[in-house]
Amino acid sequence: MTGEVDTISEETRLLIRVRDGRDRQAFAALFAHYAPRLKAMLRRGGMGEAQAEEVVQEAMLAVWHKATQFDPTRASASAWIYRIARNRQIDIFRREGRPVPDELTESPPPEPDAADALALDQETRRLRAALEALPPAQREMVERAYLGELSHSEIAAATGLPLGTIKSRIRLALERLRHELKDLRQP
Amino acid sequence: MTPAMTHHITHHLPEPMLADYAAGRLGHAFSVAVAAHVSLCDECRARLAAHEAAGGAVLETLPPEPVSDDLMARVMARLDDPAAAPPEPPAPSGIFPGPVMAALKGRPPRWRSLGMGIRQSLLHAGKDGSLRLLYIPPGRAVPDHGHEGRELTLVLQGAFHDETGHFGVGDIEVADASLEHTPVADEGTPCICLAATDAPLRFRALVPRLLQPIFRI
Ligand SMILES: [Zn+2]
Repeated sequence: MTGEVDTISEETRLLIRVRDGRDRQAFAALFAHYAPRLKAMLRRGGMGEAQAEEVVQEAMLAVWHKATQFDPTRASASAWIYRIARNRQIDIFRREGRPVPDELTESPPPEPDAADALALDQETRRLRAALEALPPAQREMVERAYLGELSHSEIAAATGLPLGTIKSRIRLALERLRHELKDLRQP
Repeated sequence: MTPAMTHHITHHLPEPMLADYAAGRLGHAFSVAVAAHVSLCDECRARLAAHEAAGGAVLETLPPEPVSDDLMARVMARLDDPAAAPPEPPAPSGIFPGPVMAALKGRPPRWRSLGMGIRQSLLHAGKDGSLRLLYIPPGRAVPDHGHEGRELTLVLQGAFHDETGHFGVGDIEVADASLEHTPVADEGTPCICLAATDAPLRFRALVPRLLQPIFRI
């Protein structure tokens, strides 16, 4: 593993500032970072230019309003914004809306465990490094799966098992998250 | 808030289905069943979070596409507008997790008899599949049925068993088109399940096939 960083990511810190202080400057910085990436994600999913920007707007507004639910010990900013954007996109395009799992708690604890948040952030960075280290063809397939262009079963059928490296990372993240969730369940 | 778990969940969602839910690739009926199971299951919640982490990593590494110059200003101008807030998802109620309450539109199930004491409440029927609640009296069998596509069955109350195993509250059965099974409710409490298909069901014994369009099952 190269370049292990011992602070949580800039984006996650910005999102915490939005959550705790309704910080518009931090929100503007998040917008500058994520809006062009969300647009790219939606365009890759086949959406037109104007429509993609429409959804980016709604997704970023959802980020602002739902920031109180952000818990850095359970998601990095990128994972959380990916989820919020996906939910908003489907809410807009499907009459029935997006069914979402119940929240575990009303709101995250005011002082989340900094070590837990850092561990999750590092795991996320390793996942990203693993993604970037994939051979181009496999990386393309993983991207297409998470961008919603292909289903996971279609990908498995096309390539066998291209998700190997990623899967082991997911498993690690999984283990960590699972333990955390177990702790959260304890009264 | 999720109701307290009283049952140890042993039947979970397959990995590709969680990934497809994260990526927005599932139809409505399956999405409800996945979201409802995750509401009850810490393990699948963690696995879904891991897939969202992978989605976030892909999002992070995409080549950004420039947005219109005024897009940020337009969003900043709406931050204080309460009407710009996305709607809150419905809260869980009784045995029904929030996603099921949403599919019920906040109302109690409207049960219709299928005969033999078995009832159903149809929540969604579309090209992409169907979603319904099933009520099975204690000890009663749901007639042997196969299905064109896949079927997800999530237990919300009581328990059932079939050729593949035993399913209690929170357990989800994933059946593909090749499985012909006869779920039987345990003795004691009536079994209430959420059943989702990605193709119309065909019942064998209960209702002749010709009548299925009428009963919408
Ligand atoms: Zn599960």
